Amino acid sequence: MANQGKNKQRLIQGNEAIVEGALAAGCRFFAGYPITPASEISEILAYRLPQVGGTFIQMEDEIASLGAVIGASLAGAKSMTATSGPGFSLMQENLGFACVAEVPCVIVNVMRGGPSTGLPTNSSQGDVMQSRWGTHGDHPIIVLAPSSVHDSFEVTVKAFNFSERYRTPVIVLSDEVVAHTRETVMLPESDEVEVLDRIKPTMPPEWYIPYEDTSRGVPPMGIFGDGYRYHVTGLIHDIRGFPTSRPDEIGPFMKRIHRKISQHFHDIQIVKHFLTEDAEVLVIAYGSVARSAKRAVLDAREMGVKAGLLQLVTLYPFPRVDVVEVIRNMRVVLVPEMNMGQISREVKRVNEGISRVATLNRIDGAMITPQQIYEWLIKE
Amino acid sequence: MAEITKLVHKYLRHDKKFPHVWCPGCGNGIVLGAMIRAIDRLGYSKDEIVMVSGIGCSGRLPVYADFNTLHTTHGRALTFATGVKLAKPELKVITVMGDGDATGIGGNHFIHAARRNINLTAIIINNYIYGMTGGQYSPTTPYGMRATTAPYRHIEHAFNIAELAVTAGAVFVGRGTVYHARLLDKLIEQALQKRGFGVVEIITHCHTQYGRRNRMGDAVAMMKWQKEHAVRIERAQDLSEEELKDKFTIGVLADRELPVYTEQYDLVRQQARELASR
Repeated sequence: MANQGKNKQRLIQGNEAIVEGALAAGCRFFAGYPITPASEISEILAYRLPQVGGTFIQMEDEIASLGAVIGASLAGAKSMTATSGPGFSLMQENLGFACVAEVPCVIVNVMRGGPSTGLPTNSSQGDVMQSRWGTHGDHPIIVLAPSSVHDSFEVTVKAFNFSERYRTPVIVLSDEVVAHTRETVMLPESDEVEVLDRIKPTMPPEWYIPYEDTSRGVPPMGIFGDGYRYHVTGLIHDIRGFPTSRPDEIGPFMKRIHRKISQHFHDIQIVKHFLTEDAEVLVIAYGSVARSAKRAVLDAREMGVKAGLLQLVTLYPFPRVDVVEVIRNMRVVLVPEMNMGQISREVKRVNEGISRVATLNRIDGAMITPQQIYEWLIKE
Repeated sequence: MAEITKLVHKYLRHDKKFPHVWCPGCGNGIVLGAMIRAIDRLGYSKDEIVMVSGIGCSGRLPVYADFNTLHTTHGRALTFATGVKLAKPELKVITVMGDGDATGIGGNHFIHAARRNINLTAIIINNYIYGMTGGQYSPTTPYGMRATTAPYRHIEHAFNIAELAVTAGAVFVGRGTVYHARLLDKLIEQALQKRGFGVVEIITHCHTQYGRRNRMGDAVAMMKWQKEHAVRIERAQDLSEEELKDKFTIGVLADRELPVYTEQYDLVRQQARELASR
């Protein structure tokens, strides 16, 4: 933990890699509430943030944590919180606020078994749909899923970059296996990491129209105290930020916040191909299950089955283009998940009968093993 | 009077959003005026003020004022304000909440903000009712009164907001009313100047929801009620329990010194840096 030497081999867990990614991306504010299996992120940031002039605070609950994160972001700090299922449920209202007020922030949800208190120390992927649709109302969101310790670093950096670039909350959907697995990794030097910052207004303050549409769909963001005084609200607002109930103002606003994500779809969509080129049987997986799938694909290849893996890093917006491109050449597609079938529904939705989509579900708190996927692959 | 009106206008947003959403006779305008007068007297610039509110009639207050304004989710104003203040301690962060907002849905945040002693000001407008949603009982609705959700009578006991703040550790606690306008200006000014978490509870009237249902008359009659039932805290000491039975105290309930969070955290940063460089 105290060892900050970079570019050398380190044995760290997924949660620690998230911290390293956050700091490399410029995170300077963290507010959180203790919860298994995400607590290490809080503990390490409590130690590290003050060293770099940042701020850590443990709030009274998860609602307060995300509130403080949004406030800090409005005051200019790159901000993050980390939690697990029960805490993530509590954050949903403020998550919607960040969507509507367009406040950049990163929310890490280290998934554990649910529903309710569920299985605090076991793994799950049960929060996929919640991360997309948990807050009320129509809203765009970005959800990224790391599958390894090194991934946790990279995905967290990406999460900050997307959140700043598109003025949106980004959810890092880790899981207990990824979070607590220790691996040797080589992390890049801070100057090797691409870091993007929010675009700030440069015009004179009296010309600043805080929610005006731009070609990117993302208005420049005024920072509290910088002289660009404006109103921030969770109410649907006009281009000046004032509450409105006029359909001719509501419509363009709602369309713009969706468009700012959809028009940058190709930038946000991240997938990893593994032996998909000549594959006939495909596994689509994400999170820790993608690791098991990789092993299973290799083993199946040894048995002569032309298997491949498409790992989804971006879960939302759903990487429809890449998924369709790959599944059209497949005899059959397997979507193994530690839930009753959340991403498999998305795959079936975009599949539209092109290929056969099968599921492999596990909800007993144990991870999906390479053996389980392998056995399915060699039967096909 | 004209001079005072002119001063308030200097701090209002004139480009949009008038007329306001409040009922004729509402006390919220008096609160906004008092806040602006205090800010002006203390000489803060518009750019350094961040006004944060929750949800309800009080939540609409910042939209009219030409500061950095933040209208958050119900009960959570103090949590957002905490983030703003910690990220940029040089800003002057003022939260405005209602009684349901601050002590119902946001009660947990309220006591913890007081305990933590972050340099924030909390203005709590107490009208004894959920006004915007139509007159449901709130945590401060007195026992025996009526509300749309207490059509027979209210059988719960009310929070005393200012005393709750004192117990939770707030370093400055004042209580005023919208009737005692000069005292209100002074209390807000003192709270703004205080290093640490300052609270001002403001008793006001909701003649539309609370007053009508409890036959308390119009706005003027309800302000007279405030005059008749408020006792200066200095005077209260000389009165018997019997005399104070249906009264409430106004003035400064607490004024003390405790380490301020942002300053303490600066020391934490210093210590962390020293340890890291070793």
